[in-house]
Amino acid sequence: MAPAKYCRLSDTKPGDRFRIEKVDVPDPVLKRRLLDLGFVPGGEVKVGQRSPLGDPTAYRVCGTTIALRKEESDYIYGEKIHHD
Amino acid sequence: MTDRTYTVALMGNPNTGKSTLFNVLTGLRQHTGNWPGKTVTHAEGECRHRGALYRIVDLPGTYSLYSNSADEEVARDFLLFQRPDVTVVVVDATALERNLNLALQVLEMTDRVIVAINLMDEAKKKGIHINTKKLAAKLGVPVVPISARNREGIDALLDTVDAMAHGRIHTTPLSIRYSPEIERGIAKLLPLVKELMGDTHPARWIALRLLDGDASLLQALKQPPQRLIKEGNAYACCGSVKSV
Repeated sequence: MAPAKYCRLSDTKPGDRFRIEKVDVPDPVLKRRLLDLGFVPGGEVKVGQRSPLGDPTAYRVCGTTIALRKEESDYIYGEKIHHD
Repeated sequence: MTDRTYTVALMGNPNTGKSTLFNVLTGLRQHTGNWPGKTVTHAEGECRHRGALYRIVDLPGTYSLYSNSADEEVARDFLLFQRPDVTVVVVDATALERNLNLALQVLEMTDRVIVAINLMDEAKKKGIHINTKKLAAKLGVPVVPISARNREGIDALLDTVDAMAHGRIHTTPLSIRYSPEIERGIAKLLPLVKELMGDTHPARWIALRLLDGDASLLQALKQPPQRLIKEGNAYACCGSVKSV
């Protein structure tokens, strides 16, 4: 488990900025996939729109928008940078 | 013509203009179909430059070669079993950080790599300046800036392909050093992999994948995918690789 001061990417709201500290996925293939898509520790994510039903959510990372379901963004830990 | 045809593979992330480059290179001399047993589109065409004939294969756009989707397996298996004479990794000038992930993975598999930085016009508009000389020195392979949709840099790219295919370019691809524990594992596996696979496959890369527990790669090595052999317009399968 990640330390308590970190929140999950799935806990963010549209417009938030988030810095990734840890990608902690039980399934190694999914972990690899998230890393390959640009969700790497130290990386910055801008939270975009949520789909009408609340899931998935669009995330801007490394210059591209990637949609993740809650069950994927649950595994990405980090901290909110600021809210504008 | 009696000289041989060289195979050139195009790789790259999705939306880097890889297929635009493919169309510029091959014009109408191309045909498409599916890879055997997979619903992944296969496109290849021909290109002539300075008298030599090149077979250009447009591989599926992927972010990586390790997540084991059908697209990624096709791209990985092509590099591994067909061993193209030259692999051109097309990267997006406006998103180098994301794109170099795949380039580094390819550099671990083969030393016959050219990095083509596409969308240079787009980068210029965004005020992004890329020091291609420095990048080439760091990666240890040629780096050619292009703008496929404006047909800029295509001749320079083809000249580099030509030089590499004819053995006039020697590369020193960046080799990533891993943690001491992983390097010890690689050192242990290397002689075994070399004994089983011979020199035809990238032994260090295979050792690394074995350490990672890549089941999909093991499956591919045990049962190499059907090879694409051109016969008129049809593809037949043949060939095998010594199994592990």
